[in-house]
Amino acid sequence: MDVRELYQSTILDHNKRPRNFRVPERANRAARGDNPLCGDKITVHALVEDGVVKDVGFQGSGCAISKASASLMTESVKGRPVEEVEALFDRFHGLVTASPTGPVDASDLGKLAVFAGVREYPVRVKCATLAWHTLRAAVRGESATVKTE
Amino acid sequence: MSAAAKALLPLDAARVRRDFPIFARPMRGKPLVYLDTAASAQKPRQVLDAMRAFYENDYANIHRGVYELSERATRMHDEARAKVARLLGAADPREIVFTRNATEAINLVAWSWGRTHLRRGDEVLVTALEHHANLVPWQLLCEERGARLRVAPIDDRGVVLLDELAAMLGERTKIVAVGHVSNALGTVNPVREIVELAHRAGAVALVDGAQAVPRIPVDVRALGCDFYVFSGHKLYGPSGIGALYGRLELLEAMPPWQAGGDMIATVGYEKTTFADPPQRFEAGTPDIAGAVGLGAAIDYVEELGLERIARHEDDLLAYGTALLSDVAGVRLVGTAPHKIGVLSFVVGDVHPHDVGTVLDQEGVAVRAGHHCAQPLMERLGLPATVRASLGVYNVREDLDRLAAGIRRVIEVFA
Repeated sequence: MDVRELYQSTILDHNKRPRNFRVPERANRAARGDNPLCGDKITVHALVEDGVVKDVGFQGSGCAISKASASLMTESVKGRPVEEVEALFDRFHGLVTASPTGPVDASDLGKLAVFAGVREYPVRVKCATLAWHTLRAAVRGESATVKTE
Repeated sequence: MSAAAKALLPLDAARVRRDFPIFARPMRGKPLVYLDTAASAQKPRQVLDAMRAFYENDYANIHRGVYELSERATRMHDEARAKVARLLGAADPREIVFTRNATEAINLVAWSWGRTHLRRGDEVLVTALEHHANLVPWQLLCEERGARLRVAPIDDRGVVLLDELAAMLGERTKIVAVGHVSNALGTVNPVREIVELAHRAGAVALVDGAQAVPRIPVDVRALGCDFYVFSGHKLYGPSGIGALYGRLELLEAMPPWQAGGDMIATVGYEKTTFADPPQRFEAGTPDIAGAVGLGAAIDYVEELGLERIARHEDDLLAYGTALLSDVAGVRLVGTAPHKIGVLSFVVGDVHPHDVGTVLDQEGVAVRAGHHCAQPLMERLGLPATVRASLGVYNVREDLDRLAAGIRRVIEVFA
């Protein structure tokens, strides 16, 4: 496999110019996530009203996979009901942890499908899912820091 | 050819490489470039064969059988201990305690020596270069005893500031624990001077030799240290075996740290008396085959010659340093004048893990991360680095492939 299948242009773009790299105004939920393996650190802030993620942003530092994943995540979940966000995380998790030889099910994942290459690199799964774990903790109102190990 | 004459010849790494079966296997479809020996070394056939032969021909439990096979296994285990003593320049094999690895050896000293010698207000001194293994056991000990852990600072090159270290020593200092060679940066510490400073202050000195023993000749008596530790797996031996050298006088006065069979003199319900060192510190059936494998690994590196290994790694380090310095965007981290075996670096603002993944795809195995030295990374202002580390089997082409891989990283992340 060429390394560009992992580092697709969308991923490289979001790594360089992360979207929603900010604390949203009126944010009412927040959580921190650490990936001790890589030293990735992230904070996700969200505004949740009437069961809908109305705004979301992140801050922190990390590898290209974790940063791009956080950036694309914020784009994909903004405006969605909390249950849909949880379901989306489950599907995303399924994508990046699938068997490298099996079929890819990227239906309904939209741009998030660019992370399909991660399944070839089990050690990088934590990088791809850190932002999602952190968002889930924020939305559920769990205050503790999320750790991937 | 005499051994002295042979020692002058350069190491034939291309031939050495053929001793290591792993290089017959590709990684990511490409010939393997293994640059992670500082994490763990690959194993030569000589070690693998010795362990297999031991299990097939000589295996039994040691120290208790009344039959020939057990006597033979015991003798081979003893021989391995004698080889470790010889490798480290120890006067007496009773000064060598087998452990699982360097980490366990440090914990043994912290637990057994530390708990009997540290009082409230005492101090333990380490350096800012330490691996977590030579930091966290002392932290725990200090917490428990109400003692204070002090850290001698380094400069931006990764060199310990000896004057500042000397100034931190005093009558409260009970032990100085220092790495011989830094795993993260490759800095070779002036261990003899540090040991002397420690002794002058009335402290004992422990040297963590995990990175030194595979790379340079070590002589514990010349260093003058009280304790010296290393791991077998970094010395081309099996994982699961390491050793502690302790001056006999100190070991004899230390209490056991784990209890069970094989470490006792007499046992009664009222009172148990303990065996002399080293058995006092080796409760239970040890890693017998591991010791035999470690012995074979020592034979192997001594046959190659540690002086030659040191020169070989010096040559590769100089070659690699020049090569990487030529790649725009690469910054070497750790530029001590006296360093060995390790090239730590960052590539522009590309995260070290991304560098590692691209290199992996090119068949190049490196380490990316904090190298179990988080406080050191913090001191250097970096979350992590990429580390390429050297071994007896590395050749210049490996470093050429590393440099080409880094150019690929720059291309992908441009």
